[in-house]
Amino acid sequence: MISYIIRRVIAAVILLLVVTAVTFCIFFLLPRLAGQTADQLAQQYIGKSPSAADVAAVKHNLGLDQPVYEQYWHFIKGIVTGADYHFGPTTLHCNAPCFGYSFKNHVAVWPELTQRLPVTASLAIGAAVIWLLSGVTIGVISALRPGSLFDRAFMGVALTGVSMPMFFTGQLALLLFTYQWPIFGRTYVPFTENPAQWANTLIPAWCSLALLYSAIYARLTRSGMLETMNEDFIRTARAKGLHERTVVGRHGLRAALTPIITVFGMDFGLLLGGAVITEKVFSLHGVGEYAVQGITDNDLPKVLGVTLLAAFFVVLFNLLVDLLYAAADPRVRLS
Amino acid sequence: MTELSKTGSAVGEPVAAAGDSAARTSFLDVRDLKVHFPTDDGIVKSVDGLSFALDKGETLCIVGESGSGKSVTSLAIMGLHRLGARGKNVQMHGEIWLDGKELISAPPQDVRRLRGRDMAMIFQDPLSAMHPYYTVGTQIVEAYRVHNDVSRKVARTRAIELLDRVGIPEPAKRVDSYPHEFSGGMRQRAMIAMSLANNPSLLIADEPTTALDVTVQAQILDLIRDLQKEFESAVVLITHDLGVVAEIADQVLVMYGGRCVERGPVDEVFAQPQHPYTWGLLGSMPRIDREQTDRLTPVKGQPPSLINVPSGCAFHPRCPYADVPKDNVTRTQRPELELADGGHWSACHLSTEDRTRIWTEEIAPKL
Repeated sequence: MISYIIRRVIAAVILLLVVTAVTFCIFFLLPRLAGQTADQLAQQYIGKSPSAADVAAVKHNLGLDQPVYEQYWHFIKGIVTGADYHFGPTTLHCNAPCFGYSFKNHVAVWPELTQRLPVTASLAIGAAVIWLLSGVTIGVISALRPGSLFDRAFMGVALTGVSMPMFFTGQLALLLFTYQWPIFGRTYVPFTENPAQWANTLIPAWCSLALLYSAIYARLTRSGMLETMNEDFIRTARAKGLHERTVVGRHGLRAALTPIITVFGMDFGLLLGGAVITEKVFSLHGVGEYAVQGITDNDLPKVLGVTLLAAFFVVLFNLLVDLLYAAADPRVRLS
Repeated sequence: MTELSKTGSAVGEPVAAAGDSAARTSFLDVRDLKVHFPTDDGIVKSVDGLSFALDKGETLCIVGESGSGKSVTSLAIMGLHRLGARGKNVQMHGEIWLDGKELISAPPQDVRRLRGRDMAMIFQDPLSAMHPYYTVGTQIVEAYRVHNDVSRKVARTRAIELLDRVGIPEPAKRVDSYPHEFSGGMRQRAMIAMSLANNPSLLIADEPTTALDVTVQAQILDLIRDLQKEFESAVVLITHDLGVVAEIADQVLVMYGGRCVERGPVDEVFAQPQHPYTWGLLGSMPRIDREQTDRLTPVKGQPPSLINVPSGCAFHPRCPYADVPKDNVTRTQRPELELADGGHWSACHLSTEDRTRIWTEEIAPKL
């Protein structure tokens, strides 16, 4: 078990290195291959009509005059040891873990990310609780009465939920429940400051995001339950004289939930890397919004930082899912 | 072969007037049972008018090919057809009396309380029939506690005791194993232990040895037989293996197309089978004392469609003796069960003389 985890962690680190390398290449090698010069790359970080000396300085500070592999090495080294950036006479130290330095805003990426992560996490956790509870419940009830009015009605709603884009449902929720009837707050308050206010502001965002996911989870649960309830062990459970609710909950749902855990781990990990549209719609200053900023400003270190963070969470939750899976299904051996 | 109640059996006794509970002497009494499944293509008549009776301490074997209604019958007795999403569509008619209680008309909650306590079931494939996520012990504990208000600890002791009884070595250790950690035979023993948790007076075993290899089969059959003697329970054993029947049954019931075509004490049925389908079954069974050069004779043709059951005798399209002249019988007439000596019932249009002649002259010498 321990050796399994160690091996998985090592594999995860290697995977993350590959992800950074690929991302790095996309941002710093591809433009060069496409014909951009180091000067042109550097110019993006300076105002209009820069002098040749300014360009040369920025190019040097960013390390754009070095080969890409060396730039990459500095980036990786910075994560572990921190990095120094020189601006004329001043030297800026970016503490480890240094995930790069945004030259547009003149701040390090990592502190920004850590500051924004709680917002994104608040959004993701709240939405996940709602979509898991509602999705699984609806899925189970639908599966127990396939073809019933409830089943058809909710699968219809689910289809609508999947089909409606976030920027539609989100705006609608905002319009109705924050502006038309101001039930919910408008500005985000950290959980540590005022939990009630925190929840109050986030509810529209949670619900809009959860609508999308719970639709998917309801369908997943429904098909999983339909399959499980036809298994022989369900018949055995009934033959023992168990209550139908025990049969469904303890025997049916337990088996049907395992594959859902897998999907959930992936979805949740991805969301922690930033729910771009939701954050934008609800003006939440989370990781996703930061990525949008980076892309619109062409501020590559920001995008690189968010990409890495997202990749980290996906890899982390994949590992957690595998461990959970082994705990849930005794037939799975971790080796 | 046990000498248990060969004569005192109520198997094959004519159906008494409905509602007359005083006339019911048998422990399990199934009367004119019909189990129909409506589908888009029509009504699947899986069981269509089946009657039999069984006393405690007796073993009834139900034989027949796949789709003859054996398993459906057993699930009907347990009341398992009506549960779950498809349960509402099942049409069940007739009566199932268990120890003086009628089950088909009983409220589902009452039948649930009997399930696992008074009647229990052993399934064909113990690997898929046991929950993969729970230990064998947990599953036995659950079976015991649902009918007994005892602590987990007491139930666990009971589980270990049961595992020991069915011959699982180191039961105190194995109680915490998962089903997939058991071998096939051990798993079936565990399954039997689970079904015995509440000392059921009716034990239904649906092909309990089909998924096991031959040496283990014999052990499991021995175990079922021993347990039956010990607990004096009634056993309904469903099988397509006539070897199993010969080994364990007191009574045998041959099903074809959802109906009983022949039933009676096992000695009678094996000594003088009356129905051409039973002959076919016997002819298709390999025997160690048979001449090596003889080929097995399969029953030709396909099992009947249960939606459009052949008119008249359901077996007539496959019956080699369908063209033997019969008196006063039209093809569309369905043969009813008729009683012969020794509590031996059969449903065939052939005259008794013809049957005796065909059996002694054509069939028996080849077996």
